[in-house]
Amino acid sequence: MYNVRRLVLAHFGFAFGAFALALLLGEWQMIVRSPLHGWLDNPEHYYRSVTAHGTVMGYVFPTLVAMGFGYAISVVTLNRNLVGLRTAWIAFWMVVVGTVLAAVIVASGHASVLYSFYPPLVGNALYYIGVALIVVGSWVWVALLTINLAAWRKDNPGKKVPFTMYANVAGSYLWGWTAVGVVLEILFQILPVALGFKTTVDAGLARVLFSWTLHAIVYFWLIPAYIAYYTILPRAIGSRLYSDTMGRLAFVLFLVFAMPIGIHHLYDDPMVGSGIKMMHGVFTAMVTVPTLLTIFTIAASAELAARQRGGRGLLGWVKALPWENPVMLGVAFSFVMLGFGGAGGLINMTYQTDSTIHNTQWITGHFHLIFPGAIVIMYFVIVYDLWPALAGRALGSLALVRTQLWLWFVGMMILTIPWHIAGLYGMPRRMAYYDYTAPALAPDAWTVDASVLGGALVVISGFLFVYILLSSLRRERIAPPAYRFSEALHESPVVPRALNGFAVWLALMFTLTLVNYGFPIWELRKIPTTSVPAVYVGGGQ
Amino acid sequence: MNDNLGKWAVLAVVAMMLVGGVIGFVWLPRVVYSDQGFFAAWCSALGVPRSWAAFGARPVAKISSDVVITHELLEPARPADVGHGATLALRCTMCHGPTGISYANSPNLAGQYAVVIYKQLRDYKSGMRANAIMSEMARSLSDTDMREVADYYASLPRPAGFQLTGAAPAVVKWGAPMRNIAPCGSCHGDIDHTLASPWLKGEPRAYLRAELTAFASDQRHNDINAQMRAIADRMTPEEIDQAAAYYAGEH
Repeated sequence: MYNVRRLVLAHFGFAFGAFALALLLGEWQMIVRSPLHGWLDNPEHYYRSVTAHGTVMGYVFPTLVAMGFGYAISVVTLNRNLVGLRTAWIAFWMVVVGTVLAAVIVASGHASVLYSFYPPLVGNALYYIGVALIVVGSWVWVALLTINLAAWRKDNPGKKVPFTMYANVAGSYLWGWTAVGVVLEILFQILPVALGFKTTVDAGLARVLFSWTLHAIVYFWLIPAYIAYYTILPRAIGSRLYSDTMGRLAFVLFLVFAMPIGIHHLYDDPMVGSGIKMMHGVFTAMVTVPTLLTIFTIAASAELAARQRGGRGLLGWVKALPWENPVMLGVAFSFVMLGFGGAGGLINMTYQTDSTIHNTQWITGHFHLIFPGAIVIMYFVIVYDLWPALAGRALGSLALVRTQLWLWFVGMMILTIPWHIAGLYGMPRRMAYYDYTAPALAPDAWTVDASVLGGALVVISGFLFVYILLSSLRRERIAPPAYRFSEALHESPVVPRALNGFAVWLALMFTLTLVNYGFPIWELRKIPTTSVPAVYVGGGQ
Repeated sequence: MNDNLGKWAVLAVVAMMLVGGVIGFVWLPRVVYSDQGFFAAWCSALGVPRSWAAFGARPVAKISSDVVITHELLEPARPADVGHGATLALRCTMCHGPTGISYANSPNLAGQYAVVIYKQLRDYKSGMRANAIMSEMARSLSDTDMREVADYYASLPRPAGFQLTGAAPAVVKWGAPMRNIAPCGSCHGDIDHTLASPWLKGEPRAYLRAELTAFASDQRHNDINAQMRAIADRMTPEEIDQAAAYYAGEH
C-alpha cells in the first residue's frame, strides 16, 4: 500500500487500542448505575469515567480511524505515494500525545468535565490542551489530503477526481471547519479561565460554540462509514456502484448541511432566539436528503449484485445477496441501526418532540445507536477489508468475523433500545446513580439491566475484533492483490464541474455558518452580563 | 455535462434560507408575540434580551448575605497578615480554643478555609447571621481585621490524629436523590469541595446539629441562594443527627 502501510497501521492500532479500553469504561458505567450494583460511594469516579470514555470515543478513536482510512484512500485512489509522510507521522504523534495528556489528567481527577466540557465547569488546562492537540493533529491531515489531491490534479489536469478521494476530501473539509467551534471555545472561553487569566466564563456563548462542533462531528464520524457503503460494499459483493454522481452529491450535501444545524442541541437554551432555532431545525431536516440518497444508491448497488446472482421479485432479490460475506452483513446491520437511529433523530430535531426527551437517557441511547452502532460496525468492516493489504495476512475464520458483527449488532440493539425507553420514562442522563427503589421509578429498572446485558455483548464483540486481527498476525504472510475500491456502473470520464471540486460547496458551508451562527455569536459576545464565575473541578484552581 | 449544478445549488440553498427565515423571523414571531408589535417580535426571534420591566417590577428577593464569593475574594495570605490575625484572634480563644480547636462545642477554626471564616464574620457584622456572642465580637472588626483573622485560622493545622470512624451515612455519601438532597461530601470534601463550603470533619456534633436545625427552620439564613436551607429542610431529624455524628467522629 505505497508508503503508508505502517502509518495506517499505527493509526488503526492506537485507535482500536484506546477504543478497547474505553469500551470497558462504558460497560462499567452502565453496571454501576444499574440496579445490579449498589450506589457508588464516590460519584466523582463515574464522571471521571464518563469523561475518559467520551473523550476517547468522541475525539480520539473516530479521528484516528478517519485519518488512517483517509491516507489509505489517498494513495490507493491517486495511485501514488503520500506527499508529506513525515508530516503525517508528526500529526499522528500529536494526536497520541494529546490523548495521553488528556487521559492522565482525567484519570487523576482534575478534569471531570465530560467530553462536552460543561462550562462554567472548568478543569485542568492540560486536559483542554490535550484535546486541542488532537484537533490540531487532525487539521494537519486535512491539509495533507488537500496537498495530495492538488499534486495529483497538477499531474492530471482536467481529469475526474476519483470518487473515493472526492468523498474523503469532502469529509476532511467538513471536519476542518466543524472543529473550529470547539477550538474557539477552548481558546477564547475555557483556556483563559483554566490558566488563571480570567475567572468568568460566558457559558451561553461557550455552549453555542460547542454546538458548532457537536452535531457535525457526528457526520465526520459517519463519513468513513458512508465511504465504505459506496466504495467497499459494491466491490465486495461483486457489484458496481449504481451512481458515482449521486454519491458525490450526497457527500457535498453533508458538507453544506452538516454544520449550520448544531443549535438543535440547544432547543432548551434560553440564550438563543426561537427564529435561530427554527433555521437550524430547517437545515437539520435537510440532512435527511443525502442520507436517503445514500440508502437509495446503496440499495440499488446491492440489487444489481443480487439480480446477477439470480435474485427475483420486488423484494425477493434480498435473499440472493451474499449474506456470508462480512461486508454485506456489516452494511445490513449498519442500515438497520441507522434506520432506527435516524427515526429517533427526527424526534430530536423537532422542537416540540424534542422537549419530551431533551437531556434524558433517550439522547444517550440515540447517539449510541448511531455512532457505536451504525458507524463503528462499518469501522470494523473497513479494517477487515483493508487488513490483508495492511498486515499482509488473511483473516482467519470468516465465521468468527460474522459472529463478531452479529454480537455487535445484537448487543447494540439490546443496549440502546431499552436505553431509549428509559429516556421516554423520563430518566435524566449523566446520573451516577438512580433511586430504583422509589415506586414511581421502579418500572425504569429493567431497562438499565437490559442495557448492561447488551453492553456485555458489545464488549465481547469488541475484544473478539481485536483478537481476530491479532491472531491473524500468526498466520503466514500473503501477497494480497492491489487494494481497490468499487467502480461505478457507468464510469463516465467527466462529472458536472461542481462535483469535481469543492468551491461552491465550501462557499455554501461558510455562508450558512455565517447566517445560522453569526448573529447568536456576535450578540452573546456583545452582552457583558452573560459571563458567570467559573466552577473549578475539585474546588481549587 | 450539466455545468449549471453549482448555480442551482446556490439558488436552492438561498430559497431554503428565505423560507426558513420567513417562517422563523416573520410568521412564527407574529403568531407567538402578536401583542408586542412587529419589532419586539422580531428581536425576540433573534434572541435579543428583552427588558422584563414591562411585565411589572420584580419582587426584590430577601438577601441572605451581602458577601459575593469568588476565587479572588481573598488574596493569598502574607506572613504579616497571619501575624496580625494571630494577635486579633486572642479574643477568640475563650470559645474557639488557643489553637483553634474548641473545647466548648463552638466550631473548630484551625485549618478552616479562610474564605469561610471571612464570610461568616462579615455576615455577623452585617446582621445576616445572628448570634448573641459573635454579633458583638464582629461589630468592631474592620474588613482587614476579618481577612487577617481568617488567614490566621486557615494557617493553623487541623486537629491531629482525628479520624472519621465507621462508614459514612447514606446522606453524606449519596444524599437523597428523590428529595433533591446532594451528598454532603460533594461540597464539604471527600467527593468534591466547592468554594465557601466549610471543612466539616471534626466539628462538634452539637454545633453541627444546631446549625442544620437552624437552617431547616430558617432561623439561620445567611446561606447564599438558600443552598443549605433547601437541603436541611428536606433532611429528616435522624439524617441531621447521623450527619452531625459522622462529621464529629462519633458515628
